[in-house]
Amino acid sequence: MGMNRIVAGTAALGSGLASWSGSACAEFALNMPRGVTPVSHDVYHLHMTIFWICVVIGIGVFGVMFWSIYHHRKSRGAVAAQFHESTLIEILWTIIPMAILIVMAVPATATLVRMYDTRDAELTVKVTGYQWRWHYDYLDEGVGFFSTLSTPQAQIRNAAPKGEHYLLEVDNPLVVPVGKKVRILTTAADVIHSWWVPDLGWKKDAIPGFINETWTQIEEPGVYRGQCAELCGRDHGFMPIVVKAVPEAEFKEWLTQMKAKATPQTAQNESHPVSQPAPVSGGQAL
Amino acid sequence: MSTAAPTHDHGHDHEHHGPAPGLSRWIFTTNHKDIGTLYLLFSLLMFFVGGAMALVIRAELFQPGLQIVDPHFFNQMTTMHALVMIFGAVMPAFVGLANWLIPMMIGAPDMALPRMNNWSFWIMPFAFTLLLSTLFTAGGGPAGGWTLYPPLVLQTGEAFPFVILAVHMMGASSIMGAINIVATILNLRAPTMTLMKMPLFVWTWLITAFLLIAVMPVLAGAVTMLLTDKYFGTSFFNAAGGGDPVMFQHIFWFFGHPEVYIMILPAFGVVSMIIPTFARKPLFGYASMVYATASIAFLSFIVWAHHMFTVGMPLAGELFFMYATMLIAVPTGVKVFNWVSTMWRGSMTFETPMLFAIAFVVLFTIGGFSGLMLAIAPADFQYQDTYFVVAHFHYVLVPGAVFSIMAAAYYWLPKWTGHMYNEKLGQWHFWLSVIGVNVLFFPQHFLGLAGMPRRIPDYALQFTEFNMISTVGAFIFGLSQLLFAYNVIQTIRGGAKATDQVWEGAKGLEWTLSSPPPYHTFQTAPRVD
Repeated sequence: MGMNRIVAGTAALGSGLASWSGSACAEFALNMPRGVTPVSHDVYHLHMTIFWICVVIGIGVFGVMFWSIYHHRKSRGAVAAQFHESTLIEILWTIIPMAILIVMAVPATATLVRMYDTRDAELTVKVTGYQWRWHYDYLDEGVGFFSTLSTPQAQIRNAAPKGEHYLLEVDNPLVVPVGKKVRILTTAADVIHSWWVPDLGWKKDAIPGFINETWTQIEEPGVYRGQCAELCGRDHGFMPIVVKAVPEAEFKEWLTQMKAKATPQTAQNESHPVSQPAPVSGGQAL
Repeated sequence: MSTAAPTHDHGHDHEHHGPAPGLSRWIFTTNHKDIGTLYLLFSLLMFFVGGAMALVIRAELFQPGLQIVDPHFFNQMTTMHALVMIFGAVMPAFVGLANWLIPMMIGAPDMALPRMNNWSFWIMPFAFTLLLSTLFTAGGGPAGGWTLYPPLVLQTGEAFPFVILAVHMMGASSIMGAINIVATILNLRAPTMTLMKMPLFVWTWLITAFLLIAVMPVLAGAVTMLLTDKYFGTSFFNAAGGGDPVMFQHIFWFFGHPEVYIMILPAFGVVSMIIPTFARKPLFGYASMVYATASIAFLSFIVWAHHMFTVGMPLAGELFFMYATMLIAVPTGVKVFNWVSTMWRGSMTFETPMLFAIAFVVLFTIGGFSGLMLAIAPADFQYQDTYFVVAHFHYVLVPGAVFSIMAAAYYWLPKWTGHMYNEKLGQWHFWLSVIGVNVLFFPQHFLGLAGMPRRIPDYALQFTEFNMISTVGAFIFGLSQLLFAYNVIQTIRGGAKATDQVWEGAKGLEWTLSSPPPYHTFQTAPRVD
């Protein structure tokens, strides 16, 4: 029984690796994405720095250990020494790790301080989590809409082939201008959600009754995809986030269009911006 | 530490104090060994129940799309898997080891509070029957995650009050068990067994017991507040009524982080007993091991909010919890260095307990490295609530805590039963486990970094391959545990006779007793030099 398992496992492992190395997921599959904001670059470098420090320590510790396992074994005639303490060495391996930690803490602190600086934003978007979709409000523009999963149920139920952006596609993406500092406020209407686009370098919880504040500044135009990261009930896995970063002019044009669409309902939207059904989301199908 | 032989005759003249016949032996027993056995067998059963749930999760995640279970049931599985494994498998296993071993290691006749000992065990089967039965109530079992975060957890159906009651019962059981262990260690040591001569397993359990007594009531408070929020109109965690959902997280993790160390400190103790035996060399840095354990226990109380870096704490809060969390790497590092130094220039052999202990050191350290990465708050904004976190805590809990329990079982089974286990089968179990566990959890690091959130029943296509590999590993690991169960049962039923010392390098009071030991452990105090 054990042998069959191993054979089956190895085969699946092999085919898994083969399709991984060949397919479309090249940049997004193995490591944290570098992302497209100054903050996401900082976070990526922090991540890699600490990763390599851990690798070096790991090679050192495991190297000594496996050398010992190989050479100091009874079957090779090793005779056990009887030493069992050394104050000097204990002090050393307390102080040296402490120093390494301080080296790690300095850039971490700098990055964190930068991430918390939400001043001088040029645009503010309020993100509200619902079970199970997102609502975006452009606070100074009077534009607001729901953003709902657009993957057809047939794909989820395996009745149709899955599309390229399976589970990472929505009807109305969040549109932001490239190169501008955008302040993002997160909150929720029912339970706690968490708004996360890996390419932006952070996630922030959306908590009912409270407003969290953070910011982003996307450097390259493009479409960036993410998901709700805090368990929020049955369809937690089905409320993706799509952010479309476009040049300033295109953003202005999009905003004008959205305002025009919203005009007939402006009066109502102003008074209860989040309690209205989305004009274009196609209802609350989930 | 060397020991003088106990001065009394092992057991035979106390036959009239032996176990009661039949089933009543197990129901009414106040004997530390019987209760230890009950705890360990219960834990093994729960390990398979929780494991079956994990396999449901991994089977669903084998491919993208919904194949086997619906998302609501999937959430019930993730929630129940955690509750069963933490409160039903790992914690009772360590309490079982404590029951069996602490009296034997400190030269005591039994635990200090034997009737409470019986009660603290017999609460557990009822608590878990109650918890597991909620899967069959209207609306299903709890599905909001084992962390029970409001407001989501308040959407639980009829199961809700039963889950809260079950958590209360587990808490009461743990507190009683912990009080018993503290009372035993502080009062029933042989007169010559001073604190700094205690085996490290006893030390780590003493510290763990204090952690339990400190934090289980906090959990009880938190879940009671949930209950009153749902049924009695309070608003502790409801913003609309002036409460704060994040306050629950603070209270929960004030329990939850020490809980993490409750599950790993006894594992440190086990490994610190096994490595010196098979290296035939005394533990390096005994005193620093004790101080490191105490430091970790202290730090565990001031790092809880690193589980909540993304809730929007003020900058000063983030920095405090980041620095405090990073500090834990120092005493943990000291422990790892001490284990490696114990092996250094030893005379090692690699029986199954030693293999599991070595795998523990390596794989727990890998879990420690990812823990250090997670401590870095700005990077944690990316890691939080992803499969990277899942990989991290499974590395410290499965090849960490669970491997140490396996190591302990193989190490002391000959002492407990008087029979040697099947070494060949043990080696097979070890190698399949160590391969399975890495195939299972290592790819989850990649999934998390690449952006896969945890607790989702379906995922985007770029996560397919690593999920497949992980699922294959899960089935290898899960099925190979059947070898363990088989080996344990066969050893209980019979096998080659074990000597009193069992292992050539074994030192300590428990090895001076016969195998199996007399029903009442030490009737006169042994001498410890």
